[in-house]
Amino acid sequence: MEQSKKMRQIAIYGKGGIGKSTTTQNTVAGLASLGKKVMIVGCDPKADSTRLILHAKAQETVMDKVRELGTVEDLELEDVMKWGYGDVKCVESGGPEPGVGCAGRGVITAINFLEEEGAYTEDLDFVFYDVLGDVVCGGFAMPIRENKAEEIYIVVSGEMMAMYAANNISKGILKYSASGNVRLAGLICNSRNTDCEAELIEALAAKLGTQMIHFVPRDNQVQRAELRRMTVIEYSPEHKQAQEYRELARKISENKMFVVPTPLEMEELEELLMEFGIMEVDDEENIGKAENA
Amino acid sequence: MSERKPVKGITKERTEKLIADTLAEMPEKAAEKRAPHLGANEPSASPCAVKSNKKVVPGVMSQRGCAYAGAKGVVWGPIRDMVHVSHGPVGCGVYSWGTRRNLMQGIPGVTSFPMDFTSDFQERDIVYGGDPKLEKLLDEANELFPLSKGFSVLSECPVGLIGDDINAVTKKKEKEFDKLVVPCNCEGFRGVSQSLGHHISNDSIRDHIIGKFEFKEEAGPYDVALIGDYNIGGDVWAAKPILEEIGLNVKSVWTGDGEVEKIAATHTVKLNLIHCYRSMNYMCKVMEEKWGIPWLEYNFFGPTKIEESLRAIGELFDDKIKKNVEKVIKKYKPEMKAVLDQYKPRLEGKTAMLFVGGLRPRHTVGAYEDLGIQITGSGYEFAHQDDYDRTAPEMAKDTIIYDDVSEFELEKFVEEFKPDLIGSGIKEKYVFQKSGIPFRQMHSWDYSGPYHGYEGFKIFARDIDMAINSPTWDLVKSPF
Repeated sequence: MEQSKKMRQIAIYGKGGIGKSTTTQNTVAGLASLGKKVMIVGCDPKADSTRLILHAKAQETVMDKVRELGTVEDLELEDVMKWGYGDVKCVESGGPEPGVGCAGRGVITAINFLEEEGAYTEDLDFVFYDVLGDVVCGGFAMPIRENKAEEIYIVVSGEMMAMYAANNISKGILKYSASGNVRLAGLICNSRNTDCEAELIEALAAKLGTQMIHFVPRDNQVQRAELRRMTVIEYSPEHKQAQEYRELARKISENKMFVVPTPLEMEELEELLMEFGIMEVDDEENIGKAENA
Repeated sequence: MSERKPVKGITKERTEKLIADTLAEMPEKAAEKRAPHLGANEPSASPCAVKSNKKVVPGVMSQRGCAYAGAKGVVWGPIRDMVHVSHGPVGCGVYSWGTRRNLMQGIPGVTSFPMDFTSDFQERDIVYGGDPKLEKLLDEANELFPLSKGFSVLSECPVGLIGDDINAVTKKKEKEFDKLVVPCNCEGFRGVSQSLGHHISNDSIRDHIIGKFEFKEEAGPYDVALIGDYNIGGDVWAAKPILEEIGLNVKSVWTGDGEVEKIAATHTVKLNLIHCYRSMNYMCKVMEEKWGIPWLEYNFFGPTKIEESLRAIGELFDDKIKKNVEKVIKKYKPEMKAVLDQYKPRLEGKTAMLFVGGLRPRHTVGAYEDLGIQITGSGYEFAHQDDYDRTAPEMAKDTIIYDDVSEFELEKFVEEFKPDLIGSGIKEKYVFQKSGIPFRQMHSWDYSGPYHGYEGFKIFARDIDMAINSPTWDLVKSPF
């Protein structure tokens, strides 16, 4: 007999441009292909978290509709929820263009709306929040507040700034873990083909007290699928890259390692980078000196 | 000026012990922060001993307002021929609508606009920014009320948080409408009290209003402006006639029953007479620096201060005005004597404690003293050092001075000094009335007024007598 299941809410964070949306959608497609019921909530004003699942340019967002109708109270769930590949439910929070208004509030408004309208139905196995790369204000922390996402995966690569970002996000998780059940569930390495990448991310994961849940190799098949606004899993289910995402989906599905992270001090992080040759050891007295000085 | 006669029974030791006992009941950190804000008065001390204009201690009940309150409620609200827009969610506009008794003349919607205009922010406006809505609001308001002489746009908190650019919108609309459209970035979270709202509003007047208009009539040697009188209970209407009687020409009033184009032309007057120093000294200083207009603080509460002020004003003009001053003082003497004859015997020897806003904790002292009432304690909600420097000489030695006093502290002080009257605001009123102590609201004159000028003093004397000597108090059993 099947045990009564609990919906798992998962947030994906990571440095801007690291491939969060692509990774999320391919993973979600992988879960769907395993027969799981999933909802994606895009938490980024750019609203590109569901296009590969919906084969759409951009989904009409919650905030678009709110703007059109005047108030959020006039909005209905069916106005903003779409079904895509594998019966994945898709919602985008949306928000303003850069430089105006408050994008963070848009995320809060949208998630509150989804809760009030009963978007979190019991048949769901997973809800994925795909969050804007730079957690600039409280709004973008909404998905990990108040009993929402309890599992966080950080998408990272062997590049220095991506690792800095991962460490900073871990600090945020540490803060919220004190008041709730949010836990770090793992690092997803989205490879950039840098040197010793897997070893480096494994080492970083160990320092953070977590795991590198999967190493996703770089493959142009992802881009080829994206040109057709599709996930690799749907575009070429037999391709080896599709297998990688199915593997990641399986690991997430079976994951039991949820930890309160132990973020690194700046020096510690730099030492790690030096150890792997990402950062060069330099004399303190050379700091701030130009090359030819 | 001679020093006040000491209040019987009030000594430095008693006042200081009272302060120490009161502080002793607070947590250590709070007591440490509050201690410098409380003191026994030293009339000759300069600068004054108490600290001011600091953040409220978290956890105490303070009576302060916010920057928006200082801007909307105090400075802008009384200007009658402008539309004042509360830009943000609806509450700030509604709760500041008609709550300050700054009376105005005019036909609503034609020559005065005492309505509530607000952009009523929704989630959408926060997320996408409120500038488009502000633009639309201004267009509609201008179409509905074409006779308005301008607009003020007063930012509420969210406007500052999301970084809306109201200044760009007002600039555009000012051009389009060909009338004043003034931005005021007075978000409530700025500063420690409403005081910053006054300052920000003064800066808006400096940057967007002053100098943009000229008076229609010719300039004359007796042109003055009345600054910082907000026409509470009709105060302007009692003060202005006195100045006109001594031969001065009051060209504009800031901002009670005010007209914005006259305010904009004030740079051409010969003298600025300032009543509420705290809220408008900034613009007096600007006009002095830029146009060489001198300014003088005056006080029209009670005959003694009126006479002192009129003579000081006369000193700045020629013999004609000086002669008029004496004539006017002489003319009202019998009227004032009649008031004193009637009320002083009933009030002589009583004491009062005050806790109010901008100028009243010091300016009204003289009026009480004219009636034979001594002030045993006084303090301000949002004053700065220069206000307390002006207060020390007006109070008797060793009386208690309290800055941003908390409800707890004020109750303690009142319990000890047992004044016959407390003059403060609506938030204190019922607490003290229920403990059997006569009370007058000194922000709004308790639905009465005016209290300024000769006319006002008659009403003031009547109200104070009515409060203190009401037979009601015989029926209340005070626990103190």
